[in-house]
Amino acid sequence: MFQVRFHGRGGQGVVTAAELLAIAAFYDGEHAQAFPSFGSERTGAPVVSFCRISTREIRTRAPIDEPDALIVQDPTLLVQPGLFAGLKSDGYLIINTTKPLESFQLGGVVTELPRSHILLFGATEIAVKHLGRPLPNAVLLGGFAALTEVVSLPALVTAIEERFSGVARAGNVAAVSEAYHQTSETSVVSSQEGSNSAS
Amino acid sequence: MLREIEGSRAIAETVAFCRPAVVCAYPISPQTHIIEGVGELVKMGRLKECEFINVESEFAAMSVSIGASAAGARAYTATASQGLLFMTEAVYNASGLGLPIVMTVANRAIGAPINIWNDHSDAMALRDSGWIQLFAETNQHAVDLHVQAFRLAEELSVPVMVCMDGFILTHAVERVEIPSQEQVDRYLPPFRPHQILDPAAPISIGAMVGPEAFTEVRYLEHTRQLEALARIPELAAEYGKIVGRARGGLVSPYRCEDAETIVVSLGSVVGTIKDVVDAMRDDGERIGVVSLTTFRPFPELTLREALASAKRVVVVEKAFAMGARGVLGADVDAAVSDRKTTTTTIVAGLGGRPITEASLRRAFGEAIRGELDDFNFLDLDHRVVDRELERTAADPTIPPSVQHVLRDVRASATRVV
Repeated sequence: MFQVRFHGRGGQGVVTAAELLAIAAFYDGEHAQAFPSFGSERTGAPVVSFCRISTREIRTRAPIDEPDALIVQDPTLLVQPGLFAGLKSDGYLIINTTKPLESFQLGGVVTELPRSHILLFGATEIAVKHLGRPLPNAVLLGGFAALTEVVSLPALVTAIEERFSGVARAGNVAAVSEAYHQTSETSVVSSQEGSNSAS
Repeated sequence: MLREIEGSRAIAETVAFCRPAVVCAYPISPQTHIIEGVGELVKMGRLKECEFINVESEFAAMSVSIGASAAGARAYTATASQGLLFMTEAVYNASGLGLPIVMTVANRAIGAPINIWNDHSDAMALRDSGWIQLFAETNQHAVDLHVQAFRLAEELSVPVMVCMDGFILTHAVERVEIPSQEQVDRYLPPFRPHQILDPAAPISIGAMVGPEAFTEVRYLEHTRQLEALARIPELAAEYGKIVGRARGGLVSPYRCEDAETIVVSLGSVVGTIKDVVDAMRDDGERIGVVSLTTFRPFPELTLREALASAKRVVVVEKAFAMGARGVLGADVDAAVSDRKTTTTTIVAGLGGRPITEASLRRAFGEAIRGELDDFNFLDLDHRVVDRELERTAADPTIPPSVQHVLRDVRASATRVV
């Protein structure tokens, strides 16, 4: 079972992101379960959503306490106490930001994560370019797919095409593809660097 | 077709395949997405020959459903929490008049204090209203129960409530196979009302009944509920043959053969309990779980048989009878009263509190070792409760405790999730 927790703000499509990931995983032939944190969502307020992916039927209805991956849609949330709660020490961290990791001074579990499991990129900028709107949720999934290989790009594209119509459909497909390819190329570079330094 | 879909949407599409002629509802979280979905299907023309009626309240929603059903229309509505309570008088009328209305209850806590999250206090408040009450374990189960609910309701001329956990199921996106229109049509014949208000052949429905006959009328209602106990498994089996998914209509036991400890529960938490049962079985514990699909009428005999091997029964329920004990717990206790079985009730998940595998496992372990009382609250914060009890003991005139408790809980909370 692979478990993802999404953190964002009301209006950024936090719940939609978890649902898109579940639909993509479904098209990859997996079992998937997405659910919101059930709060009274307000625009701008912190919102949390969840997605589980498994080869077997998912029966539990408990919230995700020990995520394998954390997707942070808004870097201003990084100062929130408990944001990284339960993140596994070999887990993945994806942050929507154009700043370098060092600028956030993140301690705790983040210092234990393999550097190759941490991805920072400007999803909002890619969204604005393709959609004309700062909606980073689907774009971040492109980076997530390339980094973790938990879902495939074609499945993500199918999920987006099912969920959106018109400009949002075409724009998100283009944006998610750009994020995917950009991350794939970066990952290749960083893993080569990693193997170089190891030898 | 197998799809990855939100629970509410799956219910809306399934209800549309059941061809209701009148849908009347008032929106309330967490039911809203269901009724928006049905409304959209009517508007789009996918649900034809159906009148979607907007009203000003839940009381009106049930009253319109009653009128529609009495006039011979297949009627559907949905509600939750305060909405269900607001329509209570009409809910009793629907069953008393023997009108086969189907209603989804997206289970949610009842205020005050106001709380929009899931528990079973709403459905349990109306457990004696004469409606059949079915509880869904998953969204697939909820979909399947809705189709069976219309058939059952109309065969017996009794209204049926399909209860599904608010948010946990209604807002979850997961794998669901929605039956096709052809499959639903094969299972659910057109509505043939047992009684109909027709100006061409006038009759009375709902005449006054005095002391000379009221007991008999109520007894006959009770008899019809007992008939449902026999009919529900047959209807579940017939439905199972059509869609290729078999599941018991009254109770569904899981790993209960040879089990010394059997957990009994309702609704979506059974999924979490099954994972805990598997983990405890791996450690050699002889434990199983019985999922109760039909809560009203109460399947006492079937449950007793399912609990045959148990030395210990642990009931997990999301409601309780204040000042008394558990609601489901009391019924289960009565079902095994002829045996030397220990029954323990655990109240869990009130007002949306997450029910974790760790907490369940700890509680089941304590029950097995005989360390639990008969009546317990899962993850109750005793420090907060004790502090407030000390305060009220010192000054009995201090105002209600909600603000104190919130402050104490927030002071000790570090989680933001």
